[in-house]
Amino acid sequence: MLEALQLPFMQRALLAGLLVGGLASYLGVLVVQRRLSFLGDGLAHAAFAGVALGLLLHSEPLWVAIPFAVAVSLAITWVREKSSLGDDTAIGIFFAVSVALGVLFMSLRQGFAPDAVAYLFGSILAVTPTDLAVMGAAALLVAAFSPLWKHWAYATFDRELALADHYPVSLHDYILAGLVALVVVTAVKVVGIVLIAAFVVIPAAAARLLSRTFAAMTVLAMTFGILSVIPGLVAAYVFDVPAGSAIVLVQAAIFALALVLRR
Amino acid sequence: MDDEPIGSTREWLLFQTMGKCKPPLNLASGDNLFSTAMATALEFNHYSIRFGDFQALNEVSLRIEEGGFVAIVGPNGAGKSTLLKSILGLTEGIQRDGRTQTFGRVQVFGKPPQAVSAGLVGYVPQVKGFDRSFPALAVEVVVSGLRRSWPFRVSRQEYQQAQAILEKVGALHLANRRLGRLSGGELQRVYLARAMIREPKLLLLDEPATGVDAVGEADLYRHLEVYKTHSGATILMITHDWEAAQHHASEVLLLNRRVVAFGPPAQVLCHECLAEAFGHVGHTHGLAMSGGR
Repeated sequence: MLEALQLPFMQRALLAGLLVGGLASYLGVLVVQRRLSFLGDGLAHAAFAGVALGLLLHSEPLWVAIPFAVAVSLAITWVREKSSLGDDTAIGIFFAVSVALGVLFMSLRQGFAPDAVAYLFGSILAVTPTDLAVMGAAALLVAAFSPLWKHWAYATFDRELALADHYPVSLHDYILAGLVALVVVTAVKVVGIVLIAAFVVIPAAAARLLSRTFAAMTVLAMTFGILSVIPGLVAAYVFDVPAGSAIVLVQAAIFALALVLRR
Repeated sequence: MDDEPIGSTREWLLFQTMGKCKPPLNLASGDNLFSTAMATALEFNHYSIRFGDFQALNEVSLRIEEGGFVAIVGPNGAGKSTLLKSILGLTEGIQRDGRTQTFGRVQVFGKPPQAVSAGLVGYVPQVKGFDRSFPALAVEVVVSGLRRSWPFRVSRQEYQQAQAILEKVGALHLANRRLGRLSGGELQRVYLARAMIREPKLLLLDEPATGVDAVGEADLYRHLEVYKTHSGATILMITHDWEAAQHHASEVLLLNRRVVAFGPPAQVLCHECLAEAFGHVGHTHGLAMSGGR
């Protein structure tokens, strides 16, 4: 395994996994505690539509998928804010529309699309330097907005109290929604559209079971998100299984352990 | 607290002891209860609010002087919580179906609510809507009142400040307890400490006695009175407990989407006013003599 790390593509895979694992679980804490777990799935399918459109237009899929998923995420937030429809309903509508658009874009493209399969199930070993640069940029952006953690956490605890303290809670919601979409799209290459929601939800859910405070939940979720990547990648390399599945199954094992150990 | 039926035994007993009274003073109709020398904490001027086609408050005009302890009473759906939210500048998004329209003016310490420094106002919301799955310790909730954001780490100084205020409301032992492990009454005390730690000049409480036992309720009013005496703050409290209103409030606001009456408790909590606000105030059912709650 150590020799494997001499290989540039394995180095990129590890770095991409660690970055995406950390970012998705950091934002996942807010997503899970706000009961928006379904958002991860909804945005993954928006990413699918974006990738399909990118492939149709013969451009780099990421450049199309990122703005597409961010726009869908902002639209979901807008509908949640402006109507009393439940969050699941708002997400469900955009989920369905995204899948419909994705299938439409795929059908408009001539011939079979083997590259689309890579996006559906992820191909961490095929992470390019460009993909890694995009993940790095996403990480920098999320880090730049980290001073908002205390406001996001406050509004997650009690939205009304945050509003009463004159914070622009709604603006903060849109920023959070945009960042979640960005991270989901960049993570698609690593875990695939089908499994990305797990990166957002499982580490945060496991951390929730073991934490007495929201700060501890955040730190623990990021730890789980990052650490689950290493055994997952090792398993993928040694047993020649898809890396995305292996990482998610490690996360699921951590969750099961947390369920047993919870206080 | 909206779940307490109007005309409960306790209310009915109190109602029976009330005689006919003089018409209460009503600032809406131009009466002036206070000398103009006193500073005004709150002023509503022909304030109305509509959610879609629902008129939540209609032409509310009211002036509350600094240092007052106002109990807000009225039937379910009378707009009591909406009134408090108007003071907090929270009228947008209370009800999301239909457009929110406001008319008239609310002023808090002479400014529009959004322009008032958040540190001047303490708010104790109804605890029944609270999400107990949020992982937090009571002391963090109290510190959030001080910081006006969520603490990642509580400093030693903040911890001591939070402890001091929790001790004042008799909840020091709850400091390191998780929110999910607090009873309704304990949570209410933590929220009260959260509101008081910023030493607000205006304290707004939305049915603070809900879920609190009789001893806890008596404690709550004692803490509020001590705070008011010590700080000179103005307190507005929504309550369904007319007895508490009568004993602790300096004024009672009887609300039913409009100001039915506003003035000293003895004048407002009388048969005519209550009948006007509630329409149908209790009936005997033979239960009035059963000894109360």
